[in-house]
Amino acid sequence: MASLQELQGRKGRVITDKDAREISRVEELSYDLKISEVMTRDVKTVSPEMPMSSVLEILRVNRISGTPVLENENLVGVLSIEDLVRCMEKNELHVPVHQYMSRAIVSVNAYDSVVKAIETFSTHRKGRLPVVDENGKLVGIITKGDITRGILSALQRDYHEEELRRYRASHLFEDITSDRTSLILRYDIKPRDYTNGGQASSYIKRALLRLGATPQLARQCGIAIYEAEMNLIIHTDHGGVIRVQIEPHRILMQTTDDGPGIADVDKALTPGWSTATQEVRDMGFGAGMGLVNIQRCVDKMTLDSSPGKGTKLLMEIILRPEERFKEIEDPETAP
Amino acid sequence: MNVKELVEIVEGNVLNPQVSLKHELKGGCGADLMSDVLASVKPDAVLLTGLCNVQVVRTAQMADVRAIVFVRGKMPQPDTIELATREGIPLITSPFGMFELCGRLYRAGLSSLEDPVIN
Repeated sequence: MASLQELQGRKGRVITDKDAREISRVEELSYDLKISEVMTRDVKTVSPEMPMSSVLEILRVNRISGTPVLENENLVGVLSIEDLVRCMEKNELHVPVHQYMSRAIVSVNAYDSVVKAIETFSTHRKGRLPVVDENGKLVGIITKGDITRGILSALQRDYHEEELRRYRASHLFEDITSDRTSLILRYDIKPRDYTNGGQASSYIKRALLRLGATPQLARQCGIAIYEAEMNLIIHTDHGGVIRVQIEPHRILMQTTDDGPGIADVDKALTPGWSTATQEVRDMGFGAGMGLVNIQRCVDKMTLDSSPGKGTKLLMEIILRPEERFKEIEDPETAP
Repeated sequence: MNVKELVEIVEGNVLNPQVSLKHELKGGCGADLMSDVLASVKPDAVLLTGLCNVQVVRTAQMADVRAIVFVRGKMPQPDTIELATREGIPLITSPFGMFELCGRLYRAGLSSLEDPVIN
């Protein structure tokens, strides 16, 4: 999107991978953001009968280079600084605005995407565009500057926030020196809390991504812990606890509960075997695939359970060399 | 095919239009059992389902599903839509049934992202 790159002042710069990613997010934002979200609402307007000398004053005081012309609240024209220059050349500052204004109005709709304004700017070579609502009434004005500001602040809002968090978190293991560093996350899970089911897993997946886990690793852990979390919600008497221990070379996930426990562990591991109620099945769970799924996602799974006592499910993923969280290379020489 | 193109093929309604529809879909998966989805779906798929509770969104999030189509005109509850919006997952409802929708998408060039489950 060349026009957007011009707006961003990126022209002529070597585009790195990081830039490319940001540009594509910028492009996405130009579709997502509505013109109404970035436009200026406080519009200085003039009337057709106003003398050109007053317009000169309005533009000068407000440091703007053009203004819409309104007659009975209807948009009838646009007056730009070029029109004013033409007028001054002829020494006609006393004549009314309608003699110099441009009647061919190019406007954009408030509910359109910002990309629409960008396209209009590049096809019509205008400095600003009046923004109208669905009834054609003027509701604001938009300049390229408004778009740049709007996109930058949106970028700051969502993207940079996440990037920053990720950047901070991904250096955690590097920044801390110990013989063995691990990060422990704990979540208390309530029984039958179907509405919030999966929330802990969602937090865990996000945490792993922020720490720098590959999407594949975060997905594997996410699926395994989500099945385990749903088991706590569906089957336990009093809920349970999820504990995730993240170390540079492995991830250890564990759920613990105090009952009812599993009568026949071997049977529970059989694909398709389930004790879930119809209510649970109606929600799409209880197909008897949970533990099978978990086994598929982790390197080692241990299920320890006895009726009346409770269940402990241990899941371990050993990270491949390229998946490991970065540590300081030699702790001996670290400050 | 991206999500926007998919919406046209399924003649669907996007329930959370504030979410970006530019994500590229690598294939599809149709299921009503969430464990089946978790067991078989590869990343970057669209999920066709008749189930419409919050767990569908959670499942999608865990399995890196990029869009969800509710078959046969089913409408999820507001809390489901809200969660999907927060997580950036587009929700689409289509008047057609599962078989018809899978057919339409397959014919349009979208392949299956369902792994066979081998026990």
